[in-house]
Amino acid sequence: MSCLTPHCGRRAAALKPKLRCLPRWQSTTTTPEASGHLPSMATSRLLRPIRDEALRTSGIRWTDEDNSGPVRTIVGGRETRKMNTYQSIRDALSLALMKDDTAVVFGEDVAFGGVFRCTMGLAEEFGRERVFNTPLSEQGIVGFGIGIAAMGHTSIAEIQFADYIYPAFDQIVNEAAKFRYRSGGQYNVGGLTIRCPTMSVGHGGLYHSQSPEGFFMGVAGLKVVIPRSPIQAKGLLLASIRDPNPVMFMEPKILYRSAVEQVPIDDFELPIGRADTLIRGSDLTLLTWGTPLYHCETALHMLASPPPGLDKHVPQSLRNAKVELIDLRTILPWDVQTVVDSVQRTGRLVIVHEAGLSAGAGAEIAATVQKKCFLKLEAPVSRITGWDTPVPLQYEKFYIPDALRIMDAIVKTLTY
Amino acid sequence: MQVLRRATLTSRAVRTLQSARRWLQSPSLTTERHGYLPDSQSPITPELKFFNSVTDHGGKIPTYRVLDGVGMPIDGAEMPEISETFARKIYENMVLLPTLDTLLYNVQRQGKISFYVTSYGEEATIIGSAAALAPDDEVLGQYRESGVLLWRGFGLDNIVAQCLGNEEDTSGKGKQMPVHFGSPQFHFLTISSPLATQIPHAAGVAYAITRSPRRGKNCAAVYFGEGAASEGDFHAGMLFASTIPSPTLFIVRNNGFAISTPAAEQYHGDGIAARGPGYGVWTVRVDGNDVLAVLGAIREARKRCIEEGRGVLVEAMTYRVGHHSTSDDSFAYRSRSEVEDKKRIDNPITRFRLFMESQGWWSKDEEDALRARLKKDVMQAFKRAEGMQKPELQEMFTDVYGGEEPWNIREQREELAGLLKKYGNDWEPWKSELERFKGKGQEWLKK
Repeated sequence: MSCLTPHCGRRAAALKPKLRCLPRWQSTTTTPEASGHLPSMATSRLLRPIRDEALRTSGIRWTDEDNSGPVRTIVGGRETRKMNTYQSIRDALSLALMKDDTAVVFGEDVAFGGVFRCTMGLAEEFGRERVFNTPLSEQGIVGFGIGIAAMGHTSIAEIQFADYIYPAFDQIVNEAAKFRYRSGGQYNVGGLTIRCPTMSVGHGGLYHSQSPEGFFMGVAGLKVVIPRSPIQAKGLLLASIRDPNPVMFMEPKILYRSAVEQVPIDDFELPIGRADTLIRGSDLTLLTWGTPLYHCETALHMLASPPPGLDKHVPQSLRNAKVELIDLRTILPWDVQTVVDSVQRTGRLVIVHEAGLSAGAGAEIAATVQKKCFLKLEAPVSRITGWDTPVPLQYEKFYIPDALRIMDAIVKTLTY
Repeated sequence: MQVLRRATLTSRAVRTLQSARRWLQSPSLTTERHGYLPDSQSPITPELKFFNSVTDHGGKIPTYRVLDGVGMPIDGAEMPEISETFARKIYENMVLLPTLDTLLYNVQRQGKISFYVTSYGEEATIIGSAAALAPDDEVLGQYRESGVLLWRGFGLDNIVAQCLGNEEDTSGKGKQMPVHFGSPQFHFLTISSPLATQIPHAAGVAYAITRSPRRGKNCAAVYFGEGAASEGDFHAGMLFASTIPSPTLFIVRNNGFAISTPAAEQYHGDGIAARGPGYGVWTVRVDGNDVLAVLGAIREARKRCIEEGRGVLVEAMTYRVGHHSTSDDSFAYRSRSEVEDKKRIDNPITRFRLFMESQGWWSKDEEDALRARLKKDVMQAFKRAEGMQKPELQEMFTDVYGGEEPWNIREQREELAGLLKKYGNDWEPWKSELERFKGKGQEWLKK
């Protein structure tokens, strides 16, 4: 579809005719490579495998042992270590336990190291009084964690898979989230953090693949955070543990081993409630979080230099399109400012998430962007998501919003 | 000051114990012949034998009682130590509770408060248990435990302020329904409506207590009804407090009804007490209408709870004399005569008064004076609070989050402020309602 469709033309004429009919990328003539070289997790440009890059992570805030002095911003002298995501989470938990005597870590099978190795060696290091197994009861785990936090202590609970968070839904929604409000601020459970592995893993089927963040997006009083990499996981987890509110910290499980970065070994935090703009662009805003970020990266490569076979599906005119890639990071409260500023500049938005379409987090964001960017939108907001089915085992490749579906959405949105 | 001493076990109790021992030592259960199942303490038996009771003889769990219906110690009663001063405090609070309930129930009927829940019939369970706890034991309630706060000195003004949701409501700034009290000062976690959610909280609170310096002498006491014990959170709380050592004192008020559902439709087993041993939790059943039995049982349970650092369960058998709440007419599912009989025959306040009189600790004159004084106090507290304004309207948006206010809350607060500015004087329902708030919502409009 060209921009001369009646609908588009009417608006364009009324609002900004010249801009609309000659998008910037159409004026460029760069020839694409003959075949696409698609990035994998190992070569992803979103990861920071070099010390200097790691230390210059955007928004990093060093939290040194002595809190009395000014926050140090110098990066010289800081060390990093190669870690995958589960190792960086373990590192964050270790720092949290070391610096806060009230902090405890608990859940199903955490004492031996956890089924994803995120708590390896913590029980030995800090004792079974601080790192311990619980009975197999999710409502019990969250309820117990609320009780600890209500006494002003730090409780870090683990739910083994996000798919199994629902037995604790009542405790999270009716109790944890409303604890401060209903007591007029007399009590709170700000010390509570609930960690849970989330998103698809290739073969997780219905109950080891879910992305339930959308269910928690309307829960006033709760925060929901999803990291994309080891550095992000450590900084955001430490910030979540220390945030004065209960936080759901959802860890994309496919990244536990596959995403590797140089992670600063010092104590640092990354800001909750702030999105991270990973690639600057001016033609379209691509917004996502967690695992699909890497599919988005691949999609951008496919757009710039389509692999054989896809060539005919990607108009030459779009191959130099400048797409802005944003990692939302916090689902609640989400960073409306960054997203809206971006869409105001680009006029186009594609939202990608693994959860199903209907009433997913993308619906909330699309509605808000539509309200705040109405006059700037040049195409409908597109949502590329899992289908409105359970996550199926043998069909996963056709279920998840993969690079091809994302590329297709970018092409459609740019040519609307 | 007269003090009652513990009596020894009755001869009947001794006989019961002896026969229990004999049963346990019967050949089919001895371990010498067949040994134990690997990795367990379960003795192997060739006898195929089902069981459906936690007691030795397949019977029901007995109920601990020390006073009979006319306030006299029953034969062989294990009486808790109690001084006259302490007994008077207990009695005063037992009488204060229904005095307060009657006033607040009636003002609800007049539409002055939106909702109320009375404690009629459960005065002995609530005041007796409150009296057995240390003042800094953390209490987690369901909603029928305002007597614990009265005992601790929360004060009538605070109670009334919460029910009216006025500017003096310290429990929750008018955000929650009446009877949802809370006070860190009095170690009483804020009540919430979802049933049983507080039970696993209690285990966590108790665990935090064990990890807090100088709190080794405290426990977390959690109250709930027999209906709430059907929730999954009861199972979770019992499981966690026993498995992860946490000094949690579970106090179940078995009052026979969960709204209209009789206990017989709530469970098929031997009440809630029968479940305790299944979790490896020390358990006792007590006559909840006998304040001295409740006092004795909770004192002992609390001691055991703290010494062993694990959960202990007390099931107090009582009867919900009042309606479930002001939204309920209980005569739709039980007869008025049944209730009247309970009030007359098994009245916890009368029972304790007769005991007090038998000890020479109480008289008719004192009774009249007390009732008159309490009625006056309660009325005075209500009159004082009745004309008060609601909290500032902007409190509606506070305390959702700690720290920085998220943009969505800020935008929505500003949106309402804009609407108030636009329509506040023109739309009568808003105009008259604004008058009832402290500051009349002006705090927003000035910003």
